[in-house]
Amino acid sequence: MADAELPEKKRRRIEDLTEKMAVDGGYDWDGRWNHVRKFLERPGPFAHPDFEPCTESLQFLLEMCKILVIGAGGLGCELLKNLALSGFRLIHVVDMDTIDISNLNRQFLFRPKDVGRPKAEVAADFINNRIPGCKVVPHYKKIQDFDESFYRQFHIIVCGLDSIIARRWMNGMLISLLSYEDGVLDPSSIIPLIDGGTEGFKGNSRVILPGMTACIDCTLELYPPQINFPMCTIASMPRLPEHCIEYARILLWPKEKPFGETSLDGDNPEHIQWVFKKSIERAAEFHITGVTYRLTQGVVKRIIPAVASTNAVIAAACSLEVFKIASSAYIPLNNYLVFNDVDGLYTYTFEAERKENCSACSQVPQNLQFPPSAKLQEVLEYLMENASLQMKSPAITTTLEGKNKTLYLQSVKSIEERTKPNLCKTLTELGLSDGQELAVADVTTPQTVLFKLNFTT
Amino acid sequence: KFQPGYLCLKLWGDHGQDTLENAHVCLINATATGTEILKNLVLPGIGAFTIVDGHTVTGEDNRAQAATELLQELNSHVSGNFVEESPEKLLDNNPDFFHRFTIVIAVQLPESTSLRLGSVLWSASIPFLVCKTYGLIGYMRLVVQEHTVIESHPDSALEDLRLDKPFAEFKNHLQSFDLESMNKKDHSHTPWIIIIAKYLEKWLSEHNYKPPQNYKEKEAFRQLIRDGIRKNENGVPEDEENFEEAIKNVNTALNQTKIPSAVEELFNSEQCNNINSESSSFWVMLRAVKDFVHSEGNRDLPVRGTIPDMIADSQKFINLQNVYRTKAMQDAAAVSTHVQRLLQSLGKVCKNASFLRVVRCRSLAEEYGVDSVNKDEITSCMDNPDSEMVFYLILRGVERFYQQHSRYPGVYNYQVEDDISKLKLCVNSVMQEYNLNVNIKDDYVHEFCRFGASEPHTVAAFIGGSAAQEAIKIISHQFVPFNNTFIYNAMLQTSATLQL
Repeated sequence: MADAELPEKKRRRIEDLTEKMAVDGGYDWDGRWNHVRKFLERPGPFAHPDFEPCTESLQFLLEMCKILVIGAGGLGCELLKNLALSGFRLIHVVDMDTIDISNLNRQFLFRPKDVGRPKAEVAADFINNRIPGCKVVPHYKKIQDFDESFYRQFHIIVCGLDSIIARRWMNGMLISLLSYEDGVLDPSSIIPLIDGGTEGFKGNSRVILPGMTACIDCTLELYPPQINFPMCTIASMPRLPEHCIEYARILLWPKEKPFGETSLDGDNPEHIQWVFKKSIERAAEFHITGVTYRLTQGVVKRIIPAVASTNAVIAAACSLEVFKIASSAYIPLNNYLVFNDVDGLYTYTFEAERKENCSACSQVPQNLQFPPSAKLQEVLEYLMENASLQMKSPAITTTLEGKNKTLYLQSVKSIEERTKPNLCKTLTELGLSDGQELAVADVTTPQTVLFKLNFTT
Repeated sequence: KFQPGYLCLKLWGDHGQDTLENAHVCLINATATGTEILKNLVLPGIGAFTIVDGHTVTGEDNRAQAATELLQELNSHVSGNFVEESPEKLLDNNPDFFHRFTIVIAVQLPESTSLRLGSVLWSASIPFLVCKTYGLIGYMRLVVQEHTVIESHPDSALEDLRLDKPFAEFKNHLQSFDLESMNKKDHSHTPWIIIIAKYLEKWLSEHNYKPPQNYKEKEAFRQLIRDGIRKNENGVPEDEENFEEAIKNVNTALNQTKIPSAVEELFNSEQCNNINSESSSFWVMLRAVKDFVHSEGNRDLPVRGTIPDMIADSQKFINLQNVYRTKAMQDAAAVSTHVQRLLQSLGKVCKNASFLRVVRCRSLAEEYGVDSVNKDEITSCMDNPDSEMVFYLILRGVERFYQQHSRYPGVYNYQVEDDISKLKLCVNSVMQEYNLNVNIKDDYVHEFCRFGASEPHTVAAFIGGSAAQEAIKIISHQFVPFNNTFIYNAMLQTSATLQL
């Protein structure tokens, strides 16, 4: 196989094909979109009630429909490919990562020469070069780097993320775009969110119409918090190889600082090697077997094995929903699909319900019930541990005597030091009264969440 | 002498990868669905693929060649080949061509070709996966005579603790514990398995050697354990989490040790009882396990050897774990002597003895035969006229349409309306042939004409992912494949597995 030759040959072949097939200087050769047209131009018994077959629908798809893809990894690559091959051309993709060599066995838009480059840019280049007419715009950024004006321009947003925090943030952003007139939701302010997630052989795909159907936070209990091993086991009573690895990661690394002030990087083989060696030593002390380099990396990176096919299936389901919503050709999924192919193939489709008092989408003021003698620490823990809230590092502010006061904030060191003593103070000591409004900010939401303090006796 | 059955011997993760790297996959028809399937096999690293496709792309480029080049780029370690020939021609001139493959995957094949190829592959014992994307319907059919699964990786498996039939080494180990006289630290760090075993001994001596039988007795047993929690000087029970674990696990700990019915069935099968020079290694190993069960095993499978994690100090946990591990190794050695002449790596088979599975699919000939068609499955599914079964039936009608009209229904706009009644006739004629009395809603027939035999990429990608994963299961003998027909309804995002 002459590797250097192939890409050149392929490039020339694509150019030839494109030249032959171009019609009137455009990209669309005869019959190119036949498989899409059949669903746009023909009536059918299962189409959406609003559906009207017409030839203009294809033009809308090709020239006007704007889709945002979040993530250019395992799911993202599949999503971009499916959307481009289904006729979507105005696609933006956001991803904050660069390509790692371990990505190459799933994320098929990337080649060995692309390692180190931003995923969004390489993915966009690949699609734009291979699928004539497609104009993917990449953004090598975090989703939090954009504000409402960016997100508002899209007709549909589809997520292929591996982080629940990011999902919740995106969810919150789209909810913040909703406008209400006299308490009635303006449908034109709704941007549908299609969300896909995979874990090994399991995956799910869901359709969210913000303000109308269940949002990410409505079903937060479906994402149980990650289980961490108790510290006493790690510190003094290890039994499993994983305990030994966590010992090296959590206790030894900060203590011994083997590479100076740098934090442990799961993608750095030198770091993993160090943790591996220390884990073996620990394990030997307790006669525990089973520590391997691979296990070490898996534990440090919290890796859940990725399977190419699950990403393919879930991305396919998500792309199809984008098409259904953009074209009204069918009634979209209502609203949650679960997929599992460990034993045969299994799917389960159900309608996730909105939570009446959802902290993200319900507009119902959130209550905090605490006795006045409770310490602020308890409130903080509640915000983090409650299954429906699961905040990561909440910052609590309030208004006292007409002035804005920060009760506790973790993310800025100086403020953290200044406000830390507040954690041990009771709510009354802090000057808070029954009915007081607390504004809480957190990475899981772009907007602050308002809570009302209810004193219990 | 025994067939190597090398696929059976490769059991774990790295071994699963070995089977992939030794596999040669044949794909017939490089359509959107076909290339998606192959992409999902090339990326994880199958050894080689060969595309068989007689179609051309633009009059000049053969589809097989174009697809091969594209796919080759994805993984330089995979060897890609193509044959610019229709499968029908190959079946006419050289059916043995297909014997070199680990698995054959065919996409968008006309019925007659599927049946011909199915027959060839069935005789050669080569797994055959038939796939179709038709509008918003996806279809997969697995045809394999006998597929052995060594690692079914069940999502939730019961532990193998043998508390109802403690083996000698465990009983010995148990004697080294005296709960009453232990100090506080040891008492609260004793593994729950030991706790339950100790209290079970007590219970048995007080109840005529009968373990707790019903809910009432299990509750009493839990209380017995609860009473064993140490109390402080004020009589308040201490915080002993290991005892709480014991109480929580009473139900599962008291489960009877027994051989799963699926494995019993395997023990009773023809292949297990008639081991001869043609037997594959899977059956030989299974027979060895059966012989173990009837001798050293005392009617039980070899001990699995793993225990779940639990509250305990390191030493107590490791020691207990070693008791189980050592026993498991002994049992594996015993099984090994039953097949000493033949195989290695039996320790791994023993760990999975209760997870062995065999999947047998009916042949296409049986599915299509007038006398062997699975009428019960069809009629019972169609009690609900919106069951996914209806899509299977209409697909059969579509193939009949193709046979009669040499084209598929509704490909051009002007054909859609008229083809509805034509397709309906075809579907009904198929039903009549099989003497099936089912109600097929007109709306579905209409929708199939609307599809116009299109292959939308999103549906092709869904089938692409699903089919590739099933192919990997077949190649690696890990995880249980579907049996035998999978229908995906992309309109509602639902699916069903049917046995036809």
